[in-house]
Amino acid sequence: MQLTRRTLLAASATLAAPAIVRAQGSTPIRIGEVNSYTAAPAFTLPYRNGLMLAVEQVNAAGGVLGRKIELLIRDDAGKPADAVRLAGELVSDQKVDVLAGGFLSNVGLALSDFALQNKKLFVAGEPLTDALVWEKGHRYGYRLRPSTYMQAAMLVDDAAKLPAKRWATVAPNYEYGTSTVKWFKQLLLAKRPDVTFIADQLPTLGKIDAGATVAALEQAKPEAILNVTFGPDLTNFVRQGNTRGLFENRSVVSVLTGEPEYLDPLGEETPEGWYVTGYPVNAVKDAANLAFIAAYKARFNELPKMGSIVGASLIASIAAGITKSGSTDSEAMADGFAGASFATPFGQATWRAQDHQSTLGTYVGRTALKNGHGEMVDWRYVDGAAALPSDAMVKTLRPA
Amino acid sequence: MIASLIQLLTGMAEASSLFLVAAGLTVIFGVTRVVNFAHGSLFMLGAYIGWSILSRMPRDPEYFALGVILAGLATAAIGAALEMTLLRRIYRAPELLQLLATFGVVLMVQDATLHLWGPEDLTLPRGRWLRSAVVILGERFPLYDLILIALGPIVLAIIWMIFTRTRWGTLVRAATQDRDMVSALGVDQRRLFTSVFAMGSGLAGMAGALALPEASANLQMDLTAITDAFVVVVIGGLGSISGAYLAALLIGILQAVGIIWLPKSTLVLVFVVMAAVLIVRPNGLRGRKLTAARGEADTIASIKPASPSLKLAALATLAIAIAAPFVIGPFALSVLTEMAIAILFAASLHVMMGPGGMASFGHAAWFGIGAYAAALPVKLLTVSMPIALLIAPIAAGMVALAVGALVVRLNGVTLAMLTLAFAQIVWAVAFQWSDVTGGDNGILGVWPPSWAGPQAMYFLALSLCAGGALLLRKMLYAPWGFALRASRDSTQRAEAIGLDTQRLRLTAFTLAGSAAGLAGGLAAFTKGSVFPTTISIGHSVDALVMVLLGGVQTMAGPIIGAIVYTGLFDALLLATDLWRFVLGAAIVAIVLIVPQGIAGLAKR
Repeated sequence: MQLTRRTLLAASATLAAPAIVRAQGSTPIRIGEVNSYTAAPAFTLPYRNGLMLAVEQVNAAGGVLGRKIELLIRDDAGKPADAVRLAGELVSDQKVDVLAGGFLSNVGLALSDFALQNKKLFVAGEPLTDALVWEKGHRYGYRLRPSTYMQAAMLVDDAAKLPAKRWATVAPNYEYGTSTVKWFKQLLLAKRPDVTFIADQLPTLGKIDAGATVAALEQAKPEAILNVTFGPDLTNFVRQGNTRGLFENRSVVSVLTGEPEYLDPLGEETPEGWYVTGYPVNAVKDAANLAFIAAYKARFNELPKMGSIVGASLIASIAAGITKSGSTDSEAMADGFAGASFATPFGQATWRAQDHQSTLGTYVGRTALKNGHGEMVDWRYVDGAAALPSDAMVKTLRPA
Repeated sequence: MIASLIQLLTGMAEASSLFLVAAGLTVIFGVTRVVNFAHGSLFMLGAYIGWSILSRMPRDPEYFALGVILAGLATAAIGAALEMTLLRRIYRAPELLQLLATFGVVLMVQDATLHLWGPEDLTLPRGRWLRSAVVILGERFPLYDLILIALGPIVLAIIWMIFTRTRWGTLVRAATQDRDMVSALGVDQRRLFTSVFAMGSGLAGMAGALALPEASANLQMDLTAITDAFVVVVIGGLGSISGAYLAALLIGILQAVGIIWLPKSTLVLVFVVMAAVLIVRPNGLRGRKLTAARGEADTIASIKPASPSLKLAALATLAIAIAAPFVIGPFALSVLTEMAIAILFAASLHVMMGPGGMASFGHAAWFGIGAYAAALPVKLLTVSMPIALLIAPIAAGMVALAVGALVVRLNGVTLAMLTLAFAQIVWAVAFQWSDVTGGDNGILGVWPPSWAGPQAMYFLALSLCAGGALLLRKMLYAPWGFALRASRDSTQRAEAIGLDTQRLRLTAFTLAGSAAGLAGGLAAFTKGSVFPTTISIGHSVDALVMVLLGGVQTMAGPIIGAIVYTGLFDALLLATDLWRFVLGAAIVAIVLIVPQGIAGLAKR
């Protein structure tokens, strides 16, 4: 029993010890970041690289408000309850000025609720759920990435031009999947009342039974397919689809598939001609993108992925928000972030005042196979502002 | 009709994949009785090793076959090493301890794989033959799926031949029935077990490599594979190879057909099938009633009253726990609250597992039901916290009573798996019934009333959890507790003296569920939210790990286990990126040093 007592003491001592030795003079601005590093490493590790690179760049340029930025990173292992607990550690023990992070929608919403409860600013990077800024949006919550609504809106123009009338959908069975399908249907039907949706497949995230899913879609005989799966599910789906000819003579619209973390694994099996959102890292030619790619390659010896862009932009957006607020006081930042403009590898973006969504956009294009690798072609950058609904509609969607 | 034939074939191909993973697990269990949680990790390693080999070879069929066999041999070697360095040392340790040890291995392999192969999903470029399809009644069907369909029965036949037609197989079957007799006849039992473990591991590795043409090697595949494999093994009947094939066929085909009628059914279908099969046939499709293999370890948990020094230590711990909030910071306080709740969660499982003799793989179900039962009335009916905390254990206890009536008729791993099936069904309800439960986004904003700050909540949690654990302990020393242990140790004798053993087990089950429900209700208020992840398999495993880590034989075991595991987890999470590896290594070390659990240290 002695051991218990010792362990308990040791544990509480470790946890209670103030792990910081604060520098004399100007203390750094602390950003506490919580993400699913062990649960979703394919996205979050390049993302962490992006965060680190951006912090180094900001600090090399003199920091923010004359203070350096310090980043504290925590792994929630994909569990929302742990994310909330770690956020508590960051806020109460580490005294961070800003909370950031999130990958899965539910973790993002949990962190956002924590931020509201504790009146702390929370800047969500990757979570795509609309609820984050609309239904459950609040004063202290901001979100960077184009949401499920925006992703659907960016693709729907191309989808509406297709002759296809009979559509089928396949999406992972959780908030991100069902929400994207919902918006896509709504937006496409508004443009094309003659369209019908004849089959919806909702495989469990990470456990798609690809053969059966493809066979079920094939049986429905759609003219076009909306795909929302990503990661290992996408690989399995594409392989079965290719072998069984599901994508032949059918149009496919696919969310996130052009992002290198999901496109690269498809390799020489990348289906051609899919309409996708993503990041054509090998093809972008503008100065901002090239500068970022060069800096990233120099630092990590590999090409950036979409996660890297999100990580770097997240730091840039927070730095700009703090600069505009002129302080790290939560109330000042909650007001001050709105309207702040920041530079990202994709170009300039702004924090919207009406719903705290950023106008960071993404690339829309088609997939192609070049030298055994998937690429995006015919791409264009769609600014986030162009993919958002009218202010009147946002008002009805966001009660807060 | 055409579509349904294609669906049928698709289901059969899926069945073969499932069978190949499960075959190794059932072989290992049948002989060594080891519940090998690391089987999924071996499957994952097979896929990664297979990728490393196959992506460097020509894409012709003969090289593919060679690569798969090499991957199988490599994992067989890893499996043999695992058996010789770890499992061999704990065959005589308490039941299910191997599960704890292999859980540690799972954590270590996850981090090791990430660092060896990197975070990105690895896909094997497919040769032309792997991408080709056969036209069946006008529809294209993958050639590789046809190969898989054939491979299932072929592997089944080979395993059957090995076990029935070779001397080695005969010895293995003999060892399965009576270990002591076999070793008395001069057979080196240790070598036999190592070879069986290598064979099972090799099968897992081959299955991993065989998955490559239709999937990627990725870091999530271990946990997906292990649950599927366990389900197949249990539905088929533990240790029955042909049963595993039948079970895989049943699941594969139901899944392929079910996906058309109810696409969301994939969330929970396998577990519904498992529950249904086990209720009708408790030993699975082709399983026989398991007789304890003679020569197995003495697994009986005896409960002795606490020694004076232990009582003193407990009092001291309690004093520290009461004084702590006045010294420590808010985060440490939240960790202590977490520990208090974990103590009741672990102690409630211990009642079932130790004195009740019923291990559960789905204990998080009751915790989750308690959490939702506390949160929902607060959100929907604005009920006050004390009432919600009263509803939590009652609701969990009532569901446990209903489910328990079906569960307590079973024994051992089968019983544990039936609880897992129910937990998964509860999880699916919480996940899918979004209108009420909020789906995967959970229920947010379940904060306690303003009078209950973090400190007050800590004392509430501490008093209810410590009180609950003490009450459970009290009951185990009451006549009811002795009767429960009697019915565990000798059902026949207990019945002969007039004890209603089923009823005793059912009471223990309900009591455990109810106590876990209270822990869940407290968790809802201290965290301010409830998510389906509270009912996940991972959370059930946490409970098991806490009980086994502390030691199943004593009442202090689960309490110590809960404190150590929660503390270790939180400390490591903050200290290192490699927390999974370190935590896994710590678990393995504890298992090797004190197989009887940390509480066993005190007895030495």
